[in-house]
Amino acid sequence: MSLLSIKDLKVSFKTRRGDVEAVRGVSLDVAKGDVLGIVGESGSGKSVTSYALMRLLESNGRITGGALSYGGIDLRTVRESAMRDLRGREFSMIFQNPRSALNPIRKVGHQVEDVLRRHSRATRSTARREAIRALEAVRIRDAEARYNAYPFELSGGMCQRIVIALALACDPKLLIADEPTTGLDITTQKTVMDLIADLIAERGMSAIVITHDLGLAAQYCDRIAVMKDGEVVEEGSAERLFSAPRNAYTRKLVDATPRAGASVRSLLPAELRTPAPVLEPTRAPLLEVRDLVKTYQGKSGPVHAVKGISFSVGKGQSVGLVGESGCGKSTTSSILVRLADPTSGEILFNGKDLAKTPARDFARDPRRPKIQMVFQDATDSFNPRHTARQSIGEPLARLTGLPAGQRRDRIGELADLVGLPRPLLDRFPHQLSGGQKARVGIARAIAVDPEFLILDEPTAALDVSIQAIVLNLLVDLRAKLGMSYLFVSHDLHVVRLLCDHVIVMRDGEIVEEGPADQVMETPAHPYTQELLAAAPAPPVLAEPASSAAE
Amino acid sequence: MSDLATSTTTQTDGTLAHVAYVLRSNPVTLLAFAMFAVLLVAAILGPALVPYDPMASNAALALQPPSLDHWFGTDNLGRDVFSRVIVATRLDLAISVAAVALSFLIGSVLGSIAGYWGGWIDTVLNRLFDTIMAFPLFVLAMGIVAALGNTIENIVYATAVINIPFYARLVRAEVNIRRDAGFAQAAKLAGNSDIRVLALHIFPNALPPMMVQVSLNLGWAILNAAGLSFIGLGVRPPTAEWGILVAEGANFIVSGEWWLAIFPGLALMFAVFTFNLLGDGLRDIVDPRQRS
Repeated sequence: MSLLSIKDLKVSFKTRRGDVEAVRGVSLDVAKGDVLGIVGESGSGKSVTSYALMRLLESNGRITGGALSYGGIDLRTVRESAMRDLRGREFSMIFQNPRSALNPIRKVGHQVEDVLRRHSRATRSTARREAIRALEAVRIRDAEARYNAYPFELSGGMCQRIVIALALACDPKLLIADEPTTGLDITTQKTVMDLIADLIAERGMSAIVITHDLGLAAQYCDRIAVMKDGEVVEEGSAERLFSAPRNAYTRKLVDATPRAGASVRSLLPAELRTPAPVLEPTRAPLLEVRDLVKTYQGKSGPVHAVKGISFSVGKGQSVGLVGESGCGKSTTSSILVRLADPTSGEILFNGKDLAKTPARDFARDPRRPKIQMVFQDATDSFNPRHTARQSIGEPLARLTGLPAGQRRDRIGELADLVGLPRPLLDRFPHQLSGGQKARVGIARAIAVDPEFLILDEPTAALDVSIQAIVLNLLVDLRAKLGMSYLFVSHDLHVVRLLCDHVIVMRDGEIVEEGPADQVMETPAHPYTQELLAAAPAPPVLAEPASSAAE
Repeated sequence: MSDLATSTTTQTDGTLAHVAYVLRSNPVTLLAFAMFAVLLVAAILGPALVPYDPMASNAALALQPPSLDHWFGTDNLGRDVFSRVIVATRLDLAISVAAVALSFLIGSVLGSIAGYWGGWIDTVLNRLFDTIMAFPLFVLAMGIVAALGNTIENIVYATAVINIPFYARLVRAEVNIRRDAGFAQAAKLAGNSDIRVLALHIFPNALPPMMVQVSLNLGWAILNAAGLSFIGLGVRPPTAEWGILVAEGANFIVSGEWWLAIFPGLALMFAVFTFNLLGDGLRDIVDPRQRS
């Protein structure tokens, strides 16, 4: 008998433009000890489904149909007071952003105590001991000391452990993890997911893991349900979904998931797989970085963000810069794009030192158009008061001096080049989707014909199918315009798709460097090996369709 | 990617349509704008509309209660209170708008500098704002009047100085959170100098909350101007001004001639209420995110 059964669940939200059906008839079963993965892209209704069964929907959301039953209890009709007892004790949830799931002004130990005492798992006198035990259960070292920490004093991975401790404090029988590793580094993601998997096995719990990452779900779940537009389009074991997806959307999702051995074109649906253009990188160096050092003055002494790194990027070459948060890759890219000054070191661009011009004055430097950047967060990188047309036109107006008429034509050409429908040019950023914003960001960066383009995790916030399209667009543009790329990312699999050469950074130093295939196939440094091992590995599959297209 | 339907209207059309949308969608905003229109008409056309000369005294008709001839009654010199109240609108609005515009301007510049560059400039400016905020308006106004003379301009300056910290702090906070935003960096990559990035990209994003502040502040500024003239600073009799009218009328309340003080008081209330209501509507109009 299944522990949780969802039958034909329908959820709708009241909005300004009428009712929106977010979940349209979802049926799922979770048996005791079963780990179910729900995979889908943004807006697929995967989170709403779980919030509905916890009865934590926002006030404008309503369950409009279907049945929810947990161990014989009808969750739709049970009273709110009884529901409060069930949450935490019978089923509980790990939230997406650990930092916002914790109360910032309360010691984490006290937050664990609150849960324990709410469910009468501890009394005033035993609370502290029980809380420490709960922290130890999620493998927090030195739990006594961590008990007194505030969330801001802990790293992201540690915060997520606390959230897991909160969720598991009262030994629930069903655990719901909603994107439990979003925003965490890839090695931290692995530790957190391994921990969750261990705890589930140890306690014989059932679990629902909600994620956008098919590879992650495949590695940790027994069964996967793929959701799209509020419906489950396919359900089955991970191997079956990867080897023989029955649904076209599952096929597309499987294809778009970056994995070992895939080419950038094979991420696309089969009918779009045209041969990828090849741009032979020349030996002539475009950019040479020599002994770049950046030291900040921190509160507790100097912080060495970049410790004397050297590398070069050839004309037409695409170099990947890989590392986890805090490794200095963002500092390096903002120095190279001349938004920040290095403490010391040279940046030779076509043989001339860029670092001689301070970042403050670089806006008026004749080399400004030659070095451009595509930003990570597409929402944050657009002026909310400017339409897409104004955003793309800004560098043209400031750097090229084109008259208004020609500028208009050029903006149109750029929109065509990046595949942005021209009517969308008059929209404001908040009226565009994530993929459309990514296109506008790329159009803006290539507007002034740069020779060197820095791509700062341009696909980090995108769904995998959109990521596949944007990566392919970047490959095409490089071949067409002959640009050099520096692709900054935390994801080795994505970097390998786009780059000829890979640099791995850690703690402000380059630990490994070499041709992409060599670094990926035979990593020399233990850290690179660790990074590669941490990436979720989807089951290897035979790809008859894609190998033919390549 | 699928949704290709879009409007191809030009920028100006869009703005007008957007104003219409904001007014339609919120009846309170519509009411506020209608009340504001009444104030504007009174300020611009007031002297031409009123039935009597606001300065002409008529001893025979002194202290008449409200009637069909004199809607708000007459004062101790027989002047028509209705005419005086309407004519006063222009002066009161002029003082408050001038004072608010001045503090908006200076506050924006100082706040932007403090928020964008930070460091010691920020510290110095913040302490300066703290000092100004600790100063009571009336004391400052008396000081300025004592030093520079009892003129309307000096009252405007005093009101402006007192309000500067409110704008400066708001702008400072709004600029500070956007200083390192992606779009500010993108603007630098597009060849904008720091000053251009600040003035053309970051500062306009502080406008929506500023509009709420401006509108609330206009209400306060009118009250302040009236308060100052009530105690005899700035505008002096026989000029028609709401504060003075209330001050003059206050002498007669005890003897039963309530209309002298009540009607200018109500006008004052009407103006302040209008500006308080106006804020949210103005914010919606300057905020592009409200467009959809």
